Amino acid sequence: MGLSKKDILDIESLSAEEIRLILETADSFKEVLGRDIKKVPTLRGKTVINLFFEASTRTRTSFEIAAKRLSADTINISASASSVQKGETLSDTVRNIEAMNSDVIIIRHPASGAPHFIAKRLKASVINAGDGSHEHPSQALLDMQTIKEKKGRIEGLKVAIIGDIAHSRVARSNIQGLTKMGAKVVLYGPKTLIPKGIDEIVGAHCNTPLQVAESMEEALSDADVIMMLRIQLERQGVSLIPSVREYSRFFGLNSKNISLAKGDAIIMHPGPMNRGVEISSEVADGSRSVILDQVNNGIAVRMALLYLLAGGHKDA
Amino acid sequence: MKLIIKGGRVIDPANKIDGIYDILVEDDKIAALTPSFSQGERGKDEGEIIDASGKIVVPGLIDIHVHLREPGYEWKETIKTGTAAAVAGGFTSVVCMANTSPVNDEPSVTEYILKKARGEGSCNVFPIGTISRGLKGEELANIGELKEAGCVAVSDDGRPVMNADLMRRALEYASDFDLTVISHAEDLTLARGGTMNEGVTATRLGLKGIPNAAEDVMIARDIALAELTGARLHIAHVSTKGAVRIIRNAKARGTKVTAETAPHYFTLTEEAVEGYNTSAKMNPPLRTKEDVDAIKEGLRDGTLDCIATDHAPHDPDSKDVEFPSAANGIVGLETSLPLTLRLVEEGVLTLSQAIERMTVNPAKAIGLNKGTLSVGADADITVIDLNEEWTVEQEKLKSKSSNTPFAGWRMKGRAVATIVGGKRV
Repeated sequence: MGLSKKDILDIESLSAEEIRLILETADSFKEVLGRDIKKVPTLRGKTVINLFFEASTRTRTSFEIAAKRLSADTINISASASSVQKGETLSDTVRNIEAMNSDVIIIRHPASGAPHFIAKRLKASVINAGDGSHEHPSQALLDMQTIKEKKGRIEGLKVAIIGDIAHSRVARSNIQGLTKMGAKVVLYGPKTLIPKGIDEIVGAHCNTPLQVAESMEEALSDADVIMMLRIQLERQGVSLIPSVREYSRFFGLNSKNISLAKGDAIIMHPGPMNRGVEISSEVADGSRSVILDQVNNGIAVRMALLYLLAGGHKDA
Repeated sequence: MKLIIKGGRVIDPANKIDGIYDILVEDDKIAALTPSFSQGERGKDEGEIIDASGKIVVPGLIDIHVHLREPGYEWKETIKTGTAAAVAGGFTSVVCMANTSPVNDEPSVTEYILKKARGEGSCNVFPIGTISRGLKGEELANIGELKEAGCVAVSDDGRPVMNADLMRRALEYASDFDLTVISHAEDLTLARGGTMNEGVTATRLGLKGIPNAAEDVMIARDIALAELTGARLHIAHVSTKGAVRIIRNAKARGTKVTAETAPHYFTLTEEAVEGYNTSAKMNPPLRTKEDVDAIKEGLRDGTLDCIATDHAPHDPDSKDVEFPSAANGIVGLETSLPLTLRLVEEGVLTLSQAIERMTVNPAKAIGLNKGTLSVGADADITVIDLNEEWTVEQEKLKSKSSNTPFAGWRMKGRAVATIVGGKRV
């Protein structure tokens, strides 16, 4: 079974079966990554372009390593080096890139919907590596992979997602994915960072609950998974929180309030972390933290996406 | 020169007329309205005859919210193409907004627009002057001179007047010249960065939302200022449930306020944005079903006096971009009539009410002596075939731009003859 899709634009448009397929494929690549020689010839001769209109270290590097492990040729284009600053439209930029016969374009863009915009105009496959405040599908997939690995399942778990939900594409992708996989998702953060209608964004096909908690205690109690989100200070034109100090006191995860969660709860963070703000260093570096496992799983999951889009066909 | 429009069902809401009549036009005025004669009963020398049997004959439609884009944005629309679109849609008069380049804040710009309209326009064009110099919201424009040059109202449309004191002074000063102030009601601090309606769709798509309150608080403010000054206020493009309620309450108190909505606000919801559809991007944004229902009720009970299109032409390059960067607005002149007729079909409005909200009511809102078929009135007349079915095809639009969310829609009802100043155009 393959993935009958040209693009991976968001988790919303993936079915639970498709998510399962991606995670299973990632499992087999994880085995490859454990070998001495970590490279397979699957995508030899294919060109993968990393088109990043926003700064990124983790995601871009992870996609690049994934592509290289699959023997694809990879090219990184960042906005500062591109013609974007010369006033070229997104539409022209991507047409030019396609004219260079690329097979997969991985795009990160500050505008929500930019990957959808280019996917409609390109024959090449498009992977969304984060668009505005919309989605970051590969992050949610690696998060689900990590949860599955650590907990043995996703279904039935209570997952608390805490922090700046309003600006978080990681939150939106995880909400879509985790509810499809049967987890109970609870959101929490200051009301200034909880967008209107967030508890209604999942379709009717998701029969597991999605709710916004009234307090940190409610969000954390009996949680199996705690996902802390980065407070994106750099995105906030107006004051959405009074101060970092106050935020960390009332909305941060620390060694005290973590005791409300289940004894074996795991702690996640998509990074980069603001230590001492949304998460204390003791918790981030503690035994329950799986933050580096997330990064590690990122490569296998992204290999799976590239393989399923570009190499998973019968003629490959 | 004579023209007879024969045998149509004449609907003239201002005069409470609804029946089969012949309309006799002499030169540019309506000369007589007589019960329909059968063929040949009248003698010779009838001039041109338009057979309107089976059709309705109404005062020429009036759109008091149009962006003709000239001067300055002639690649989007010109006075020539915009008025051609108007006539195709059954409009005999359009009132054009001041956010051109240069903006219409000086008599020379007003005169340029009027001169172009006389030379190349197919229908009446009435310019709106700005409230503030340069649309900057800082100091009053030369409102008296703008009126003298031919402006029929003032508005900073496209931008709100954020400074409440300036808005107060504008209302006071404009009333000295008997001009209506048209408010683009949007609190920019609440709307900041928003690209669609705030709510579940925006949240799911990761787009920053504009809350209803951005519109509601500004309308409440402007109504308070209208009450303070006693001046005439008109609210542009009402899109929210709260706005309808606030205006309804103000009218009940006797405040001199009128209001318009646009066909898209009673036809579409925020769901039209799904898939990052930039042809559904506009300001104010498309709202929810609850708002649409309230807008319909507001139109029905007269809280919303007028239907105006906010015709906002944009070239493909302004729309064929990622959603947050896309220009706001849609063309509306050629789809307004059939979309309004859907409200008649739905039973929201009677036919006469629908015509009233597209003719005499908008005329009254800005003090335009038009919108009736009274004897002696300007012979601006529209003949409508209520049963003609047609499909909106972008390439067939007369407007220079084709940015519409209604492409491919099946429509029923169309203007089949548009008469401006006694001449069929």
